Amino acid sequence: MEQRKLRAAIIGPGNIGIDLMMKIRRSKVLELVLMAGIVSGSQGLKMAEESGIATTTRGIDGVIEFGDLDIAFDATGANPHMKHAPLLKQAGIFAVDLTPAAVGPYIVPAVNMDSQLLTAHNVNMVTCGGQATVPIVNAINQVTPVEYAEIVATLSSLSAGPGTRQNIDEFTQTTRNALIKVGGAQDAKAIIILNPADPPIMMRNTIYTKCDTAKIADIIKAVEDMTRKVQQYAPGYKLKVSPYADGDKVVTVVEVEGAGDYLPKYSGNLDIITSAAVTVAERYAKLKHEGAM
Amino acid sequence: MKSIRIIDSTLRDGMHAVSHQFTPEQMAMIAGKLDEAGVDTVEVGHGDGLGGSSFQYGFSKATEEQYLKAVSEALTKTKLAVLLIPGIGTVEDLEVAMEYGVKTVRVATHVTEADAGEQHIKFAKKSGLEAIGFLMMSHMAPPEKVLEQAKLFESYGADTVYITDSAGAMLPHDVRARIGLVSKELSVPIGFHAHNNLGLAVGNTLTAIEAGAASVDGTVCGLGAGSGNSQLEALIAVLNKGGYNTGADLYKLMDLSKEVEGLMHRPQTINSDSLAIGYAGAYGSFLLHSRRAAEKFGVDAREILLELGRRKTVGGQEDMIIDVAIELAKAKSSK
Repeated sequence: MEQRKLRAAIIGPGNIGIDLMMKIRRSKVLELVLMAGIVSGSQGLKMAEESGIATTTRGIDGVIEFGDLDIAFDATGANPHMKHAPLLKQAGIFAVDLTPAAVGPYIVPAVNMDSQLLTAHNVNMVTCGGQATVPIVNAINQVTPVEYAEIVATLSSLSAGPGTRQNIDEFTQTTRNALIKVGGAQDAKAIIILNPADPPIMMRNTIYTKCDTAKIADIIKAVEDMTRKVQQYAPGYKLKVSPYADGDKVVTVVEVEGAGDYLPKYSGNLDIITSAAVTVAERYAKLKHEGAM
Repeated sequence: MKSIRIIDSTLRDGMHAVSHQFTPEQMAMIAGKLDEAGVDTVEVGHGDGLGGSSFQYGFSKATEEQYLKAVSEALTKTKLAVLLIPGIGTVEDLEVAMEYGVKTVRVATHVTEADAGEQHIKFAKKSGLEAIGFLMMSHMAPPEKVLEQAKLFESYGADTVYITDSAGAMLPHDVRARIGLVSKELSVPIGFHAHNNLGLAVGNTLTAIEAGAASVDGTVCGLGAGSGNSQLEALIAVLNKGGYNTGADLYKLMDLSKEVEGLMHRPQTINSDSLAIGYAGAYGSFLLHSRRAAEKFGVDAREILLELGRRKTVGGQEDMIIDVAIELAKAKSSK
């Protein structure tokens, strides 16, 4: 039996919403049927209309009234999502939350996808920094306990929109929490740096892990395996500096180049979170098709 | 006689020079004597501000709470300030600092990224603190851009806006152009924070005052990142001679400098590496990190610093030092 495509909506037609639209349109198991915004004539709504996708300027109300939806991607902001989440749940729509609201559990496809999808009706995509660094911490923690993980995410200024800038504290706090809850570190810290250099730099993440550095050979292998897992959905994810031991810590550097769908290639930070979100939705579609839930 | 506000950063920027290893007792001793000498404000904490203690920047000897508690108990008149770099420190960290009598927060962003500090300035104002916007690496943007970003800080409610020469890369005419324009266009006081990598810290600070700055930074013995800051004792002597009123007692500061000398890990000089920072326009606190990476990967620290300047790295990017050192080592071995 051919799998029925799940019907999806995007709430928030900004940069992230448009990038999601282009990715979902390539999906074999998802069908984008609605783009919801609140400002008529916005770039995202225009692009959706031109592609023959229904649009609404009535935000979440337009989504609920549209009916017959399986999945909603929320690319608005933390405060709007707090309002959207209960309404989506009530309407039986699975929510993929790309805001820092974190109503549902954190999900990082390479690490904890199925365990969350089978039980949650709302999942949170952490942050771009979390998507890039949690897999590495998790891989190292599989080899030897990570007492403390610290990550430094450097983004090009052009790729950090007003949402990131006005919520920079939420970014560091959410990333730190995911390093602990999903990465498995006992304690963690996240630092974000905006770099305005022109041409824009690729997203770059340094991951420091305090652990038993004598196990470096196994750590390298685990990190390389994990990198390949992430590359399956984010092909521009690259191990820039392979793990090396430095005193009581292991240092790893990863770089993320975007796919260049809507956002330029230097926006790897945005690409890794939209890619992860679509991967989660596709996995949800597959599990649903198989009757696993 | 024109009055100039002095903010001492010996116990914050000076921490870079001792790899963040002052003890709370040492801080309390220095802060008590700065108070006695009549210094207006002291800034305290890890060199990279609240939340700075880390693998990336080095761990400090004690916790923020321990430092703030010790210093706040030693102060009678002098105001207590902290630095907050958005992306490193958070409002949560600031709330903890407020429990120890912090009255002033300097919110520091790269010169083109003031909007990353909006939430922190607004939070500080709502909480009754004095909020200072602090534009780091100001040599990297032309005066008009510096003005645009300074206006952003003013619009968020900042009480003072600082132009900061984090790389010690400015010449006097660079200082005059930026401070002159910003102090003409803004209604709040303007401040200047110098570094001495090109040997110009005290001179540039005087230039800033002549161009309109009303608040300036200094550190005892010049202690700070790179070649250090404007040396407070020398600055006060210069300002006394220039007919400015700072409220600070020169002799008491001179006496304090002898005690601080005893706590220093190395003389605060302009050496070839810190000079390279000023020459290349790289962030001052890259100095000791670059020396360690140079040793680890067998390359020249100056080459690392010059390359970091070429790549337009910004404050806080200490992790790029590793990348650059590894690449230089590879290039060297393939020759």
